[in-house]
Amino acid sequence: MDVIKGNQADGNQLDAKQIDELIRNNVVLTTTDKLLGWFRSRSIFTVTFGLACCAIEMLNTSSAKFDFARFGYEVFRGSPRQADLMIVAGTITKKMQPLIARLYEQMAEPKWVMCMGSCAISGGPFTDSYNVVPGADTFLPVDVYVPGCPPRPEALIYGFLTLREKIWHPNKITGNVARLRDIGKAY
Amino acid sequence: MLKTQELTLNMGPVHPSTHGVYRCVLTLDGEYVRNAVNHIGYLHRGLEKLAESRTYSQFIPYTDRLDYCSGLANELAYVMAVEKLMGITEEIPERAQYLRVICAELQRLASHGIFVGSFALDTAGMTAFFYAFRERDRVLELITRIGGNRLTPNYMRIGGVARDLEEDFFKELKQLMDDYDAAIDEYDGILTGNEIFQSRTKGVSIVSKEMALDYGFTGPNLRASGVDYDMRRDEPYGIYDRFKFEVPIGETGDTFDRYVLRVKEMRESVKIIKQALEQIPEGPVMAKVPKVIKPPVGEVFHCIENPKGHLGFHIVSDGSTKPYRTRIYSPTFVMLSAFPEMAKGTHIMDAVLILASIDIVLGEVDR
Repeated sequence: MDVIKGNQADGNQLDAKQIDELIRNNVVLTTTDKLLGWFRSRSIFTVTFGLACCAIEMLNTSSAKFDFARFGYEVFRGSPRQADLMIVAGTITKKMQPLIARLYEQMAEPKWVMCMGSCAISGGPFTDSYNVVPGADTFLPVDVYVPGCPPRPEALIYGFLTLREKIWHPNKITGNVARLRDIGKAY
Repeated sequence: MLKTQELTLNMGPVHPSTHGVYRCVLTLDGEYVRNAVNHIGYLHRGLEKLAESRTYSQFIPYTDRLDYCSGLANELAYVMAVEKLMGITEEIPERAQYLRVICAELQRLASHGIFVGSFALDTAGMTAFFYAFRERDRVLELITRIGGNRLTPNYMRIGGVARDLEEDFFKELKQLMDDYDAAIDEYDGILTGNEIFQSRTKGVSIVSKEMALDYGFTGPNLRASGVDYDMRRDEPYGIYDRFKFEVPIGETGDTFDRYVLRVKEMRESVKIIKQALEQIPEGPVMAKVPKVIKPPVGEVFHCIENPKGHLGFHIVSDGSTKPYRTRIYSPTFVMLSAFPEMAKGTHIMDAVLILASIDIVLGEVDR
């Protein structure tokens, strides 16, 4: 790597053009948000939190065959205060709902929520039951939905990669929303 | 004399080792459990009520989600109960019977696999978890080929099974069964023979024969306490009387026995599947059942040896297409009631292990 020397002792000065060139080749300019987003998207800490069948698949995803650790996501935290992603994996009952809401409140910002399986998305096969909340998005801001009953581990990994995109490029998502809004205006 | 004070500790419903959303309020004296109180119902989905608004066939996928570690076995219990109610137990084709046995035993391997894995995790043995899940994943891949989903296959039908399985499947199954004994040897090597593991589990929470019977233990936990009773052998349902297998019995009924017994049972399941693969005949896989299932007025109770214990369905029919009442007898709900007495007086780190050794699944406990 070349060393930038603005004022050399032998009087051999670099002109502005050369300095520009050196900076362009050696310095990466970014915003703090983007840098933090890159870090955050690559090491998501998940709160260990299984509700029903999907939790077993979540466990399976971290096992040898699917090896979640390849993507840097194998850390499961027991406490919500140390985690930044909540995977709602399973049926939410009316008795459990206030506790899930409290867990979400206890998580530190920034935080994300992933809905795993049809129960967490909409109540799934139990949607007409008297004791089942029809979906986590009735009381939580959900970022990613992973459909399936239960989803295969590959689907969960795909969900994680989607979440990574969302954390790293939040504009992509907002951009889509804006575009959709424009389409809506056209009609 | 040092004065001590009792401490109330809330474990769950969100806790890594409660195996779901079970909650327990422990009263501690120092590090020892003085009292434990069960709180359940965090996963109560109202399955029994839902059954009343579903037709008999529509309820089969719901049974998968009861004890989600052993979907095919639950389906088997339910369809056998309905068949008994309709009086067509004798009409099930031979091939379907064999396929059912293969499915149920495969599911037992998967369920005990998850027991070994999570039990190892609760003793802080991460490596054994990976070993146990490696074979379990192979079993699950086969179950995917049976029904299209890993945990919830929805393969059993009232009167047989959904479809015949291809030659390829049997070849792969045979290969897996040949490999399985070596895999179980590995579990034995890494866990059963492990000195640290033994000192954590041996002599912890001994359940006597009398206590096990009093609390209504069934399945592996009952046999671990020394009661020689297995429904597959003593009251054979389906075609289980055609297979030769041993029923392992525990000696003392401690946590270690409950673990070892399940590992031994896996070996027996492999034996049963091997025999079934040799004996399986060609033929149809579905009996002639009417499209709309309308059992006669009456009621029936049928109970099978699930991986976790006796799973029973009590169905009351009023002659219509939907059951008037479906009651699910779940083994782990019954066995969980013994947890306070099993945990009393033990060390707090053992309480987690005792809970794991009962092998609860909250989907079935709360229904």
